[in-house]
Amino acid sequence: MSLTKISENPKPGSTIFSPELAARFDKLVTLYPVRRSALIPMLLYAQDEIGYVSDAAIAEIAQRLDLTVLDVRNVLSYYSMLRTNPIGKYNVQVCTNISCMVRGGQELFQHCKKRLGIGHKQTTSDGIFSLEEVECIGACSWAPAVQVNYDFHENLTPEAMDALLDEYRSKAGQ
Amino acid sequence: MPTLVSHPDEVKIVSSRFGKGATEIDRYIELGGYEAVRQAIEKGPDWIISEMKASNLRGRGGAGFPTGMKWSFVPKQSEKPKYVLVNGDESEPGTCKDHLIFLHDPHAVIEGAIVAGIAVGAKTGFIYLRGEYRYLLKIMEKAIADAYAKGFLGKGIFGSNFDFEVISQTGAGAYEVGEESALMESLEGKRGVPRIRPPFPAVVGLYGGPTVINNAETIASVSHILRMGGEAYAKIGSARNGGTRLFCISGHAERPGVYELPMGYNLKKMIYEVAGGIRGGRQLKAVVPGGSSTPVLLPNEIDIGMDFDQVGKAGSMLGSGGVVVLDETVCMVEFALRTIQFYQHESCGWCIPCREGTDWLKKTLTRFHAGGGEAKDIDNIRYLAENMLGRTFCPLGDAAAMPTIAFVKKFRQEFEDHLNGKPCPYGRHSGTKATTPELIAVS
Amino acid sequence: MADVTLTVDGKTITAPAGTLLLEACRKVGIEIPAFCYYPGLSLQAACRMCLVRIEKMPKLQTACTTPVAEGMIVSTETDEIKQARKAMLELVLANHPLDCPVCDAGGECELQDMTFKYGAGGSQFVEIKNHREEQQWSPVVFFDRPRCILCYRCVRVCNEGMDVAALGIQQRNVGSVIAPNDITSLDCEQCGMCIDICPVGALTSDTYRYKTRPWEMTHVGTICTHCGDGCKTTLGVRRSDDGMQIVRGDNRDKSGLNGEFLCVKGRYAFDFANSSERLTQPLVRQPNGEFATVSWEDAIKVVAKRFRAARDERGGRSIGVIGSTRITNEEAYLLQKIARSAFGTNNIDHHRTTDYVGIVRALDGQKNRFASIADAGSAPAILILGNDPTEQHPLLAWNVRTNVRHNGARIYLANHRKIKLHRQAKSFIQIPADGYEAFAHFLGGDEASSFGADAIALRDSLRQEQNLLIVFGSELRGTAISALVKFGFSLPDTKFACLGDYVNSRGAADMGLYPDLLPGYQPIHGNSAIRAEYGDGIPRESGLDLAQMFEAAARNELAALYVVGDDPVERLGIAEETLHNTFLVVQDMFMTATAKLADVVLPTANLYEKSGTVTNTFGDLQLVKKAADRAGVRTDLELIVRIADTMGEDVHTLVPFGKGVRADMGQSRGAQSGEADRHGIWLAAHNLEPKLSPFDPNALLDEIQRLVPGYDFDRLDLLGGTSQQVQPAGDGLIGISQLADRPDGILPSGDTLFTSGTLGHYSEKLNEVEVFQTKKSMVAAD
Ligand SMILES: Cc1cc2nc3c(=O)[nH]c(=O)nc-3n(C[C@H](O)[C@H](O)[C@H](O)COP(=O)(O)O)c2cc1C
Ligand code: SF4
Ligand code: FES
Repeated sequence: MSLTKISENPKPGSTIFSPELAARFDKLVTLYPVRRSALIPMLLYAQDEIGYVSDAAIAEIAQRLDLTVLDVRNVLSYYSMLRTNPIGKYNVQVCTNISCMVRGGQELFQHCKKRLGIGHKQTTSDGIFSLEEVECIGACSWAPAVQVNYDFHENLTPEAMDALLDEYRSKAGQ
Repeated sequence: MPTLVSHPDEVKIVSSRFGKGATEIDRYIELGGYEAVRQAIEKGPDWIISEMKASNLRGRGGAGFPTGMKWSFVPKQSEKPKYVLVNGDESEPGTCKDHLIFLHDPHAVIEGAIVAGIAVGAKTGFIYLRGEYRYLLKIMEKAIADAYAKGFLGKGIFGSNFDFEVISQTGAGAYEVGEESALMESLEGKRGVPRIRPPFPAVVGLYGGPTVINNAETIASVSHILRMGGEAYAKIGSARNGGTRLFCISGHAERPGVYELPMGYNLKKMIYEVAGGIRGGRQLKAVVPGGSSTPVLLPNEIDIGMDFDQVGKAGSMLGSGGVVVLDETVCMVEFALRTIQFYQHESCGWCIPCREGTDWLKKTLTRFHAGGGEAKDIDNIRYLAENMLGRTFCPLGDAAAMPTIAFVKKFRQEFEDHLNGKPCPYGRHSGTKATTPELIAVS
Repeated sequence: MADVTLTVDGKTITAPAGTLLLEACRKVGIEIPAFCYYPGLSLQAACRMCLVRIEKMPKLQTACTTPVAEGMIVSTETDEIKQARKAMLELVLANHPLDCPVCDAGGECELQDMTFKYGAGGSQFVEIKNHREEQQWSPVVFFDRPRCILCYRCVRVCNEGMDVAALGIQQRNVGSVIAPNDITSLDCEQCGMCIDICPVGALTSDTYRYKTRPWEMTHVGTICTHCGDGCKTTLGVRRSDDGMQIVRGDNRDKSGLNGEFLCVKGRYAFDFANSSERLTQPLVRQPNGEFATVSWEDAIKVVAKRFRAARDERGGRSIGVIGSTRITNEEAYLLQKIARSAFGTNNIDHHRTTDYVGIVRALDGQKNRFASIADAGSAPAILILGNDPTEQHPLLAWNVRTNVRHNGARIYLANHRKIKLHRQAKSFIQIPADGYEAFAHFLGGDEASSFGADAIALRDSLRQEQNLLIVFGSELRGTAISALVKFGFSLPDTKFACLGDYVNSRGAADMGLYPDLLPGYQPIHGNSAIRAEYGDGIPRESGLDLAQMFEAAARNELAALYVVGDDPVERLGIAEETLHNTFLVVQDMFMTATAKLADVVLPTANLYEKSGTVTNTFGDLQLVKKAADRAGVRTDLELIVRIADTMGEDVHTLVPFGKGVRADMGQSRGAQSGEADRHGIWLAAHNLEPKLSPFDPNALLDEIQRLVPGYDFDRLDLLGGTSQQVQPAGDGLIGISQLADRPDGILPSGDTLFTSGTLGHYSEKLNEVEVFQTKKSMVAAD
């Protein structure tokens, strides 16, 4: 037996990502002075495609960047937007940080909990919504604000929130 | 879409193109865009730096370091490539100005980055947006592609022999990555842990090369400065604080929003006139003048000019320009708790005082606000915050400690009123049981 | 670099520019506390314990990252600083369990020590601590997360020192956690460096966890018995039912030639000594073919009688002697001495794993051409041919890596496999497994060979080097070594090292466990000081080598075979009948395949249970100190002496105890000024045996020093714990270049990081680790 394991590789050439994303990754790694710089964008794009960063995605990204799986996990676990488990189709992220809090952010979060019947970092049983209490999202002057996936929604009230959730729910059906 | 506001006292420079369709490159050019680069190419680095110095522009990221001086620290000769890094990580609670710049005027950022590149001899610029700003990255990427198509980026830009590439990307959720050396780590594909300094980025930065790092608003100001002249820009502001700044007014103001006002503009006036006073005619209780890390000011402390020096003299900081207005309904203990909860969540975990200190403060304040406080806790909170102050690896520890000390110092009575098992007697939930924050540390 | 002068706590000190303030202070005895700072590893500035006040700086500064500067004025222990440190400790303790009474690190914990010093014992914290269950990461590594203070030493030593990178940092904020590479377990070299370097009890070892308290052990620094690198290991021993048992192996004081390094074997594979399979009573085969336990006296009588009979009746040449690569120099020396002078035979050999004779012959007449293992840590350039140091010479690999990291050493590698050290190499070329000899000639300028452009580029770079260190494995022998040495001589100041497999492989060779060479590689037929001393009774013609002895036995020509600490039957696959007509005596710890065929089995002590010296494969001679003790067993030295004595030999001639100028037990200089007493006390304090008896290894060491070329070293330095380099090549060797085509008889052990010859079979921990890692590599290969 030999310890001289050079890397733990999936078969080179094959990919778990869509052809478009794989092509994007091929390009991405050439943009930077060092390949590793592409890591965080790659993790995000992988998550966007798969819904979370799966073990297979980690392994492939590690291979593409010539990193170890441990390296990737070290970085991945640092960033709060990256996750290693699937969540709902729409991730409702309610900001409760100071500017939002003083304009009803926490009440909005409580409202969402009741309305969706789930708590922080939980997903509805139909898999449509996940809920998360988040830190400041950079919409302080338009508080309270909510992000659903990457979309911002500002100046919300519980009523507006209900309408928004309804809108997403009907979108999910399509 | 975030709503745009305006007020007659505003001097619109950085925000001059907001809402005018300047995301389209032709429109941007129509509005005077990319003129500064042509000038910069023509007149060269020394001229740019002297204009920047004359402008008295101070960094809009928080620390207020003079930008011209920062650029002049970059060595002329360097074995390693030099870089320009635009800090668009905007995560300090209370701050949402870079958001608007990326949304309405992405080319101003590109243009500023090119000028910075010419000034210091860098051939590559990176624009790093916070992960949550994915929709803004799309706008930015399109702007960059358009600029390449016009020959404004790439080899021999504007027909000169100067090359400049721009790459934009986002982070993935981490406040600490806004700290300049942590940002470089993140851009190198690593955990967002700051670096030991010295060496400073101007000497050893990204990929080991000399690097100019500036806030997005700072960079977006550059083309305007070159067009109007450094001295003219300086005149708009107050002493040693040139130009204007985007103030993000939030909280209980009647008309919250992002206003561009001259440096040194009176805070009280900003709240009562520009932002329309306190919502519903209520009483002002406190103001956080420059983002959540800046010590809170009492109503009798706000008759001050909003520039780095004057706010500093008043015992706080101008910070990132996030003015959070708090009326009488706010429980300051709860507010302190929410502030600390943020820093606890965002501490990178590298150094003992910040990692453990923020966690301890969060635990104690949580218990305290829920009615389980003891008298000695109040001094303990202050004692521990004071022991973090100035002793952490990077300023995040200070960002957590400074406001905490101010809350205890200035609102001690409110802390005392929570003692003896009393539920929070203040604010919007007076008499009801306080909500306990649910954001918990990642496992 | 130029020195700068600064003031620390009112004292003026000087240090080379660029020195870290913390180091400059330590040098002059000003101790600045630190958790995360660790010499030689990258800087962290994370624990903030080293904060000091530097004049003109607004904040307290970390001494661990601040270089000294001219005129700097520093205070390191003001009230402000003490307060800051106390507060820092309070914060660490906020989430740190106070389970010191049961913690492995209790009593040896840097956090305890600092808390004691700065008085953060009383806690302000009433909040509940974050708790997590302890995790087992491998057969040897446990992680107790709440105890971790996140100093990142383990991560750095694994990444930077070991180049294994099996540990990472995950999550962030107070959730930050040290994480293993295989999600819940470690896939690594299992060196345990992470455990050693942990300042608290967060990383603990399975062998020691919850077994005892540090102050209940006696700590004895001795030499690891496994590979040929000869690391110092400190054994923690404790009284047990049948002696002194080893409960821990570690690297307490980092004073050995291995510095802070220790591998999996040095740290955990001491457990063979505690094995329940140890033999503890002499066995003599009865007429019915079964073994019976007998008294020591009876067993030795049987052996002596039969040996004497063989010698007297069938001549010395009918006796064979096989020595060991794991006995001390003194024992090996004595073994060949008894064979030659008492048995009258040159039929003596040992398990040869590399061609020491080849290198000595090639260096004939040269001085100071053998490198010390320390040179691998400082040579500006190193050529490594063959071998896989990561697997077979872990300390060498560590030194090479450190040298690259700290000094930017240039490493040139030629190997038939892509060994792990290629990651440190400036150039690496892969050559055919049978291409080493050709490669050696190619280096020497043989243009006819078929090596490609990369080999030529490598040779061109080598030709620019001076002070090159050439290290080669058993792939190179005989004429290949001569060619390599010739190439080395074409460059200025080249040094050489030849890699052999076991702790005293080199010593066995140096001590003359060869049928054709006396100690110090002196040809058997020549005249030498040894011959003069032993008397001309020793035969002049070469004896049988190891293989030939068994051939002779098969032909009924070997009346007796004396095997000390070796298992040739297993290794060479000797058929049982071969030894039917040979009286076989085996000295061993275990019932090996060879022992099973023996007529008499004498249970012996191992290296951890005796005193003496060993010589590592580089020629670094070190002191072995007795640590453990097992009731019933005897050292090989004692047994050889007793057998000789019972045979009627003059023990005083064999072991000239109380004689000579160096054994300075007070005899030579007289007992003036109590010198003998002092020396005696000193020896006792160091676990040496100050007996003026024939069992005193020091008496033999005197003779070795006197008679063996190259072994003329500074005895006091050795006793003080400093390794001594021996240089067998030189004027003392008579006519060695004339040794022509002798059979090399070399059989490399083929050991890996997780095996260790026969001894390895009896180390449960090592076997467990091997199974664990083998499973991992099978998964990875899928
Ligand atoms: C914890 C921490 C977070 C920071 N976050 C940001 C940020 O989100 N955006 C920003 O521009 N600067 C941020 N900064 C300041 C940067 O370190 C740096 O000073 C700034 O980007 C320099 O640009 P400027 O000179 O234009 O202000 C942060 C600093 C600290 C200590
Ligand atoms: S103060 Fe320390 S733990 Fe906090 S963010 Fe900075 S380095 Fe990380
Ligand atoms: S030793 Fe300096 S911060 Fe840890």
